[in-house]
Amino acid sequence: MTAPPTPRTPTPAGRPVLEARGIRKAFPGVLALDGVDLRLFPGEVHALMGENGAGKSTLIKVLTGVHPPDAGTVSVDGGPRRFAQPLEAQHAGISTVYQEVNLCPNLSVAENILVGREPRRFGLVHWKALHRRAARLITELELDLDVRMPLSAHSLAVQQLVAIVRAVDVQAKVLVLDEPTSSLDRDEVAQLFALVRRLRDRGVAILFVTHFLDQVFDLCDRVTVLRNGRLEGEYRIDELTPVTLVHHMVGSELSTLDELAETSRPGTAAAPETAGTPFLSARGLTRAGSIEPYDLDIHRGEVIGLAGLLGSGRTEAARLLFGADHADGGELRIHGERAVLRSPRTAIAHKIAFCSENRKAEGLIGELTVRENIVLALQAARGWTRPLSRARQDEIAARWTEVLDIRPADPEAQVRNLSGGNQQKVLLARWLLTDPELLILDEPTRGIDIGAKTEIQRLVGRLAAEGTAVLFISAELEEVLRLSHRVGVLRDHRLVATLPNDTTLTPDRILGAIATGATS
Amino acid sequence: MAHRALRVIAAAALAAGALTACTTEPAPTGTAGGTGKGSSDGTLVLGFAQVGAESGWRTANTKSVREAAEKAGITLKFSDAQQKQENQIKAIRTFIQQKVDVIAFSPVVESGWDTVLKEAKNAGIPVILTDRAVDSQDTSLYQTFLGSDFVKEGQEAGKWLVKEYEGTSDPVNVVELQGTTGSAPANDRKAGFAEVVKGDPKFKVVASQTGDFTRAKGKEVMQAFLKSHEDIDVLYAHNDDMALGAIQAIEEAGKKPGTDIKVISVDGIKDAFVAMQEKKINVVVECNPLLGDQLMELAKKVAAGESVPRRVEVKEGVFTQDQAAAALPGRQY
Amino acid sequence: MTPPDDTGAGARPGRAPGARRLTGHRLFWPAAVLATLLLGNVALTHDFFAVRVQNGHLYGSLIDILQFGAPLILVSLGMTLVIATRGIDLSVGSTVAIAGALACEHIATAEDPGSLSTLTTAIALAVGVAAAIGLLNGLLVARLGVQPIVATLVLMVAGRGVAQLITDGQIISVSSAAYKMIGGGYWLTLPFAVLLAAALVAVTSLVTRRTALGMLIESVGGNPVASRLVGIRAAGLLVTVYVLSAVCAAVAGLMISSNVSSADGNNAGLWIELDAILAVVIGGTALTGGRFSLGGTVLGALVIQTLSTTIYTLGVPPETTLVFKALVVIVVCLVQSPVFRARLSRRRRTAAPEPAAGAGDLTARRQEVHP
Repeated sequence: MTAPPTPRTPTPAGRPVLEARGIRKAFPGVLALDGVDLRLFPGEVHALMGENGAGKSTLIKVLTGVHPPDAGTVSVDGGPRRFAQPLEAQHAGISTVYQEVNLCPNLSVAENILVGREPRRFGLVHWKALHRRAARLITELELDLDVRMPLSAHSLAVQQLVAIVRAVDVQAKVLVLDEPTSSLDRDEVAQLFALVRRLRDRGVAILFVTHFLDQVFDLCDRVTVLRNGRLEGEYRIDELTPVTLVHHMVGSELSTLDELAETSRPGTAAAPETAGTPFLSARGLTRAGSIEPYDLDIHRGEVIGLAGLLGSGRTEAARLLFGADHADGGELRIHGERAVLRSPRTAIAHKIAFCSENRKAEGLIGELTVRENIVLALQAARGWTRPLSRARQDEIAARWTEVLDIRPADPEAQVRNLSGGNQQKVLLARWLLTDPELLILDEPTRGIDIGAKTEIQRLVGRLAAEGTAVLFISAELEEVLRLSHRVGVLRDHRLVATLPNDTTLTPDRILGAIATGATS
Repeated sequence: MAHRALRVIAAAALAAGALTACTTEPAPTGTAGGTGKGSSDGTLVLGFAQVGAESGWRTANTKSVREAAEKAGITLKFSDAQQKQENQIKAIRTFIQQKVDVIAFSPVVESGWDTVLKEAKNAGIPVILTDRAVDSQDTSLYQTFLGSDFVKEGQEAGKWLVKEYEGTSDPVNVVELQGTTGSAPANDRKAGFAEVVKGDPKFKVVASQTGDFTRAKGKEVMQAFLKSHEDIDVLYAHNDDMALGAIQAIEEAGKKPGTDIKVISVDGIKDAFVAMQEKKINVVVECNPLLGDQLMELAKKVAAGESVPRRVEVKEGVFTQDQAAAALPGRQY
Repeated sequence: MTPPDDTGAGARPGRAPGARRLTGHRLFWPAAVLATLLLGNVALTHDFFAVRVQNGHLYGSLIDILQFGAPLILVSLGMTLVIATRGIDLSVGSTVAIAGALACEHIATAEDPGSLSTLTTAIALAVGVAAAIGLLNGLLVARLGVQPIVATLVLMVAGRGVAQLITDGQIISVSSAAYKMIGGGYWLTLPFAVLLAAALVAVTSLVTRRTALGMLIESVGGNPVASRLVGIRAAGLLVTVYVLSAVCAAVAGLMISSNVSSADGNNAGLWIELDAILAVVIGGTALTGGRFSLGGTVLGALVIQTLSTTIYTLGVPPETTLVFKALVVIVVCLVQSPVFRARLSRRRRTAAPEPAAGAGDLTARRQEVHP
């Protein structure tokens, strides 16, 4: 976030290609947007910033025709438009790549790129032309992909790139990128940025939503900041510093700012007692095709970070410790005694908790309320015959909503209407309620705002201090280093090293281990 | 949400059709399974494609055919279509392949038989329709139709009613419980009845609704009739089951079936005769399922190339309350 | 991409917040449809609502609707729970037939058809066999991972054959006053079937809402993957709901056969599974599983039964009955669809002059920077 403002093209002038005025949008129990304006000019990269729940995702959905606004106007090239559905927005030249990939995993890469506008001959799909055209687009992006392979054969990151290729192929005047980088590694981000700059030079207006401050300063020309569903302001990037931008985003919460300013990592905190029997001990634990045999000890009060590229086996290793997948080799001991985790239920009985990286698909029950989602794990452990009374549920939900500052502070809101960060907090509340001895967090801070991120990081530290063991998986090395006592490095489905987080451990050393498998 | 429901339902219906279809390959029940023209020992082979086993009446019909075939020394190949036309067509095609001597069947529905009957004709196999007719223009496709005359049954019911109310000029309100919509017995029994009673303006059919030939539906519909029409004098039900259901509804409404509301029914199942003996039904027009002997006789004739009448009626009667007690012990179905 | 269920309700001009809360309630639309149907009947038959005492029990069209609706309510009740788990139970119609056939066959062949012990055995037999059917469905779905529509289709088709086998293709008549009570009797002036259905609805809603069963079912239906990771034993829940569904169907089967004192293996409960699915959908439970509403289902079942009664009293010719039913059902589904309502109100709004919304907000902008 200390990236210096790069020289940029002159700020565009003239008529905005896309303009929103006075947008208002309410969901049951949530006023998501209240009188928000946004202007996008041709040939600019425009950042949309704000904390979780500020209304960024909703604004994008209004601009792209997913939700009709309750009030306000959206204009394209000066003419007011009302999009009844995303396709109409697309026809008007507004293409979108969402945070969570919205493609068909069982179709090929080429079909995913061109679905809905396949080249046809004699009324039938012209497969040869389809593959040729998809391959050309892929090459333009400097990617190396077999367009005939099913999309599911590729990692989440590649799927994200395919989604972008798809959006680019539509002759777009406006390209909306909703958190496109949250699941990409550095090289992939660089690839994406190169493409975004090329598109900008061609005169495309790009609306870029991200939580990474340095990316904003690296790429964007102007920024619109939202706070609590309202417009906070519109700025030129070269007039801002990271600190002032964060100030605009979080308002007066200066304590958070202080914490952010403190860039030194506190990994040198008092190390936990690691002598004696570890809480959990894995020996040669493996599952064919997903993770090579690995050894890992986790002690009470210890935070183990897992670092590695996407698809390196971080999640797969963790899933074996939770019984989400069956290990087909190796041994697991909990409190020194052999344990076979047949299902998550067994793991939960051993006081292990697991927050999946895929909040929507593997974590939350979208149509249930915040309260129900919070008490779910505890209730599941009790069985349906021993219900928590409604009063008890209300009390639990109210307490955790307050402790984790879940917004809106309405336990009866449907959890799917919450923003990503707040959804993550609901998941955390669910598992903390079961009083776990080992908490596995898979990318808990991905796609959430700085405020919530700091809170979660602080929470991890506090839990460890109270004696909870934490397995912390993150793509952000700084975060891993700040929190962990030891760092496990994964590479190609193999745990290549477990490094103590002493003063000699640097992001570069971890990167070295990831890149080469060597630990020096 | 709704269209998802429709899709699910459509899928279910399709799959249900597929499943039933594969369970109903005609299974020969006769002893000899000859492959040549007729069976090797020279006995006559009759392929019979039954509608299904949807009612007691039908079961009695099946039983009669089986027993008569045995008695007449005819080899019977029997197939149950489970009330589906496609099953029945499949069964007839199988009979043609097996080169039976005569094919007899009770069509599930009236239309759509031309193709398969032409195949039989081309193969030189004579066809006898039993119990229900087909609406084909080409009368050469079958030799004869053996069965009840549903129109006549309706007329008989109407005649009884006219006679019952002879001499009065007070209006008579009639409610009608129709059979399954579109089925031949429902259409014809309605038409025959209407033909007779329309001659006298005092008879008025105030409500007519389908009861699907079932007791439960008969009761449900009658109950609604009783609420919406204060002054019902006569109930005309297209079969006994609906009449028996309706009688319960009449009793629950505090009226006496057979007295407060006169009940006319068709078929003549045993339960109806019991009800008639208890004076709850006034008259039953018989629709006789016991056509086995007549069928065997016809089969022998057409196989021998003799000419037969185009239309052979099953022997049927009309039973009133005073005949009920005497007739009851002899009822076979 | 699913829009939140109340799209556009936030800013409908000219509607009081109270009205919005009312129309936003999940039971509003099924209740409104039912009320409309009933009022339509009153308009056509003036004494439609009239209920009098006859032979010591209540008598009237409303009572009929409740009495004949009772079996459908029960079948739909079980179906609701199954659908809430993302399943579907097509075998309920056959279960209705089997239960009725078993009970009647037992009573008809018993030495003492009128005795209470015969009745108890008959009921136990019917419910027991139904529970076994439900268990089979549940195990196919939960343990073998067969798709619910396929798993239950097996018994939908085969079950009717079993019922015919039990009755030997005949209609079995029974004369047992005690058995008649279940579907055709009266207690405290009300049809016993209605009381029985009401009791079962009450028990089911107590069991699902006072224990955690309902929440866990909704969780499994709402997101099966997440539910597994949260430690819910989905297999047990699935088996439970299929057994419950079959047992509800069995009681409905007893009611239907008891009402006419006879068992009809061919026609009893024919297509009731489709009516039940429709009742569940009208009641506001999505076929995609998750949130369910037992109250909505009861309303949905009553809508369907009222529609049948309407057809009888209206004198709709039998040839057009199905078309009439289809039209009403289409209208009901459209009225219930939030997307359709949103589109309708949007059309109305665009016809009106565009409100000058948001203009005042411009002044509220802080630090506006013009490029």
